[in-house]
Amino acid sequence: MKELPFAITLEVGSSLANRTGSWRVERPVYVDRLPPCNDACPAGENIQQWLYLAEDGSYEAAWRRIMAENPLPAVMGRACFHPCETACNRAQVDEAVGINELERFLGDRALAEGWAVAAPEPASGSRVLVVGSGPGGLSAAYHLRLLGHDVVVAESSPEPGGMMRYGIPTYRLPRHIVHGEIRRIQALGVTIECGRRVDDLDAAMEDGHFDAAFLAIGAQRSKHIDIPAGDSARMVSALDLLHRAQEPDRPSIGRRVVVYGGGDTAMDAARTARRLGAADAVVVYRRTRDRMPAHEEELRDAVEEGVRLKWLSTIVGDEDGSLTIERMALDDHGFPQPTGEFETLEADALVLAVGQAADLTLVRSLPEIAVHGEVIEVGPDMMTARPGVFAGGDVVAGARTLTDAVGHGKKAARAIDAWLRGEAPASGARHALAGFDRLNTWYYADAPQAQRPRLDAARRASTFDEVVAGLDESTALFEARRCLSCGNCFQCDNCFGVCPDNAVLKVEEGHGYSFDYDFCKGCGLCVQECPCGAIEMVPEEI
Amino acid sequence: MAPVRFYQVGSFAVGNRLVDRSERTVQSDAGRSNSLTSGHRACQGCGEALGARYALDAAMRATGGRLVAVNATGCLEVFSTPYPETSWQIAWLHSLFANAPAVATGVAAALRVKGRSDIRVVSQAGDGGAVDIGFGCLSGMFERNDDVLFICYDNEAYMNTGVQRSGATPPAARTATTEAVGPHPGNVFGQGKNLPEIAMAHRIPYVATATVADLHDLEDKVSRAMAVHGSRYLHILVPCPLGWGSASSDTVRVARLATQTGLFPVFEAERGRVVRVTPIRRLAPVEDYLRIQGRFRHLFDPEGAVAQPGVVAALQSMADATIARYGLLAGAEAEPRQGTGTGTEAAS
Amino acid sequence: MALCRPEVICAYPISPQTHIIEALSEFVKRGALAPCEFVNAESEFAAMSVAIGASAAGARAFTATASQGLLFMMEAVYNASGLGFPVVMTLANRAVGAPINIWNDHSDAMAARDAGWVQLFAQSVQEAADLHLQAFRLAEELSGPVMVCMDGFVLTHATERVDLPSQQAVDAFLPPYEPRQVLDPDAPYSIGAMVGPEAFEEVRYLAHARQLAAVERIAEIGSEFAEAFGRDSGGLVHSYRSADAEVVVVAMGSVLGTIKEVVDAQRAGGARIGALGVTSFRPFPLDAVRQALGGARRVVVLEKSVSVGFGGVLSTDVALALNGLAVPVSTVVAGLGGRPITESALRSVLEAAQGGRLEKLTFLDLKHELVARELERMAARRRSGPSAENMLRDLGIVGAGG
Repeated sequence: MKELPFAITLEVGSSLANRTGSWRVERPVYVDRLPPCNDACPAGENIQQWLYLAEDGSYEAAWRRIMAENPLPAVMGRACFHPCETACNRAQVDEAVGINELERFLGDRALAEGWAVAAPEPASGSRVLVVGSGPGGLSAAYHLRLLGHDVVVAESSPEPGGMMRYGIPTYRLPRHIVHGEIRRIQALGVTIECGRRVDDLDAAMEDGHFDAAFLAIGAQRSKHIDIPAGDSARMVSALDLLHRAQEPDRPSIGRRVVVYGGGDTAMDAARTARRLGAADAVVVYRRTRDRMPAHEEELRDAVEEGVRLKWLSTIVGDEDGSLTIERMALDDHGFPQPTGEFETLEADALVLAVGQAADLTLVRSLPEIAVHGEVIEVGPDMMTARPGVFAGGDVVAGARTLTDAVGHGKKAARAIDAWLRGEAPASGARHALAGFDRLNTWYYADAPQAQRPRLDAARRASTFDEVVAGLDESTALFEARRCLSCGNCFQCDNCFGVCPDNAVLKVEEGHGYSFDYDFCKGCGLCVQECPCGAIEMVPEEI
Repeated sequence: MAPVRFYQVGSFAVGNRLVDRSERTVQSDAGRSNSLTSGHRACQGCGEALGARYALDAAMRATGGRLVAVNATGCLEVFSTPYPETSWQIAWLHSLFANAPAVATGVAAALRVKGRSDIRVVSQAGDGGAVDIGFGCLSGMFERNDDVLFICYDNEAYMNTGVQRSGATPPAARTATTEAVGPHPGNVFGQGKNLPEIAMAHRIPYVATATVADLHDLEDKVSRAMAVHGSRYLHILVPCPLGWGSASSDTVRVARLATQTGLFPVFEAERGRVVRVTPIRRLAPVEDYLRIQGRFRHLFDPEGAVAQPGVVAALQSMADATIARYGLLAGAEAEPRQGTGTGTEAAS
Repeated sequence: MALCRPEVICAYPISPQTHIIEALSEFVKRGALAPCEFVNAESEFAAMSVAIGASAAGARAFTATASQGLLFMMEAVYNASGLGFPVVMTLANRAVGAPINIWNDHSDAMAARDAGWVQLFAQSVQEAADLHLQAFRLAEELSGPVMVCMDGFVLTHATERVDLPSQQAVDAFLPPYEPRQVLDPDAPYSIGAMVGPEAFEEVRYLAHARQLAAVERIAEIGSEFAEAFGRDSGGLVHSYRSADAEVVVVAMGSVLGTIKEVVDAQRAGGARIGALGVTSFRPFPLDAVRQALGGARRVVVLEKSVSVGFGGVLSTDVALALNGLAVPVSTVVAGLGGRPITESALRSVLEAAQGGRLEKLTFLDLKHELVARELERMAARRRSGPSAENMLRDLGIVGAGG
């Protein structure tokens, strides 16, 4: 080495001796926050994580991430009303990420590729009886099976699937999809006994040597209302109609059909009526559109298909194929009140879609299980007052959706597993929510939601073919990449780049970062410029 | 499958695991040269430290490490090389405040004579060293078309000496020599000294502006500058938390707002002609920019209402005029940047 | 100069330096100096800065200037020495304004006295040429800049027969530049750190020590030069007939030619008189000067500059060299702004010196009446107005109106 002039000329990089970290009063730390989609998912899916995997085309890994929580992605990708998208922070930028359609894309791909979940040997020695093969029952059976238990599902209907099979029209949920996903659960070693109705739980458990039971019997009984002078021959329940529409010889229903109710089932019934040949399908609902429980998309699809809606109307009489309708008005509390104004509506058939209830015959033989109204009372771990008997899905209080049922099934399975092992169910602490204000949305590329191709509305009245098509791979990839990854690092390198003190280190390429607190001055730039809010400043202890 | 040219954060973030490594920034590379390394004594959130590392790392990449740098006196020099420690990891020379362009000329001439044309020269200064005291040397360097990339890190005042006004200080800004007192608080309204445009008037091969808020753009410009010979000028806006009275965490944000309000146009010029502008992506009113800086605090009352509507309106007019002059809104809708490296066309 | 194989030449034109750079630019343009770059700087400040940069990048760098130019580049002059770059600069000595004046004196060189440069003064065109060879050799050995001072017009514009050595001989004397520190991506350093109170004094002391070491090297290089080229050029000082002299005139630069003639004439008249030419003004060779002057009874320092408010500049150094010896030193300020130093004026000063009548400080050929009138006017009115104009009015050059 040359002899350098004293003091004037310095060896490069010698400032590393100056530990500027001592200037710091706050330190940045990496955090994982709860993305709103995950927070909103009734099935408890880690949506952000599987989107992260899907973003780079790791579809199978993404699917497996879904499968850790939900065994029915192809079904849920069609039938779920996706509260995740309602919660999605991207909706405040442009449009929510199309999580639901991505789930369907992954679910369909799994079916097409025959991806399977490895079946463990029954290791626990415990046997669990699941009553009902709807989404809740199947979810519980799947998770229990993965936890090493021997599971038998008793289903009273000829085919498994519950509402997936009998309640949701095929144009929304094709049957081969339902069958495909159920077969995959069966392939794990879950036994489904169809046509087996369980009325005596004790006997069933004793006969089958079951150690625990999960009741997922659903709400399959349509509620009825009395209409004066009603001609019961022309009246049909919505569930009945939907069920019969699945049969090879479909019922004929007449040219003018009135559906009474305002929920998703009412929409399904009206749309099904159109497909069964009704020239005029009218939904009569006593309140207004904004108070209607049906989901916006269902309503939109119904209207597209020519379904008419009559708001603020109740049916008060039925004579000679002519319905008497009374106009209603909302009072100050938003309740409909009669106005005394009447009109008539011609109808060949009246479909009642005024709600469903559970058939609680089974639990009547178990006096310790409390029934409140129409639902079974369960604890936070889904267990009834009868030790070892758990319940979930539509038969317990809460939102009655397929996805909630899947969530109940998973939760119950974990609780049953804990109970069988004599442990308390694990309660995972939830991370703080990754709200929109945590994001720096500047960094996300502008991109509105990909639109899924839809079947032409004019064709829909004559076919039960699926209305909404799936994404192709390029649109799926596009959609996955719209994810903002709220609250969870997605390796964008911003913190690594924007640190003026080079105090962010890459742990290993693609596997996160760490702070070099020897040099970090605590300026907070990394926090401010993190797109997804996965860093926060905490005060130094001085 | 058609290639998906959409990458979540596209080319806005520093890196992007979804795109090929070659399309990510130099800064995203764990093996970047860190021309300016840790342990320097810049303030927390220093925009100049950030800008200098961005620019020089990009230049190092562009030249395959065959780079020497000349530095004017100023913050960057003082915080990087107080005896006995230097933060530089490249061959670096500091001579004086005003002469960085001329020293670089000498270096370039020597390298040419020595047959070391593989080694490229970057010269750098703050706005004082470029716009004011070093202006004569810089103009001479431009006029001779010496083979030097000159980078001005513009933080709009003499920060090293305690925030005094420079020729690059914007109107109404408070500095230690333009205090927020009297009937016209802050710096005077004038025509300012637009060094990028003055550089263009020399018809040198390449002039560009950039900020620390758009790394891809900045790096593109450095590599484009290093792809040509002759005098090149890069003017980088580098917010100074101390002098601007902005939060240390807001350095990038305030630079971004400078561009999104139209106050600071981001463009490229070749031989005196503007050839590309970086369009405004999310137009913001100048108020958004002014409010987060202490140097403009006197324009607002303690409750946050505009106390000097005339001044704010005048600054807005300046921004509007700049937007119109450079066409900063044209094409913003037509060509949203979402892929990588698509903000500007490839160098010809 | 051209024989020294300069690699980067940079300059800004100023009288009376222009002949030098014009010729060099032509050489470069013709390719006679290849590889060599000629940079037309936009100011002297830039010119010195270019030289700093070139030197930092390992090139042999040269510039030339004068007077105002030197002062304009002064910040960079200090910087070159502070950073230890072996730049060689020709200073075509010229007066410093105001009033603006393009003619020769040494005010410019004296202004750079403490800048940390070696300053060598040439007595003749030949010596100027020879000193440049030695300057590069010295600068590059020391890693410090050297200024070759030659009197503006008197030497810069003189046509003299000059013996130019062969390129081969020059190359043998002056090896290629091997920089002590160089900007190199393969061996990067940070050159030009900020140095605080903890080390600044040491840095300055080391610069001083380097200059002291240069005293020895200047003498040695001068000897080597004499050996190689057969000419006694350079070195620290040149004595002329001073061995037994009672009165010795000390001076720098071309005026020594005139002084030698007067010395010869006076010697012919029996006066024991001699001369001492100081070649190395910085570093100032105290010992050599003391040795050369120690035997004299009286010393007259004739200098082309004045430290306003004090007197001589060179005289102060000479007096210090004679510290402790009973040798009175008189200062004769002469030749300011190009005023001719005539043999007769010199003769009378030296006669006064021999007679012990020479004052401590004399302004040669001063127009006493004129300055007396102006002083009177200044005393009468506190605000005198522009003195130069008044004097010109006295001389009848400017009209008395207004």
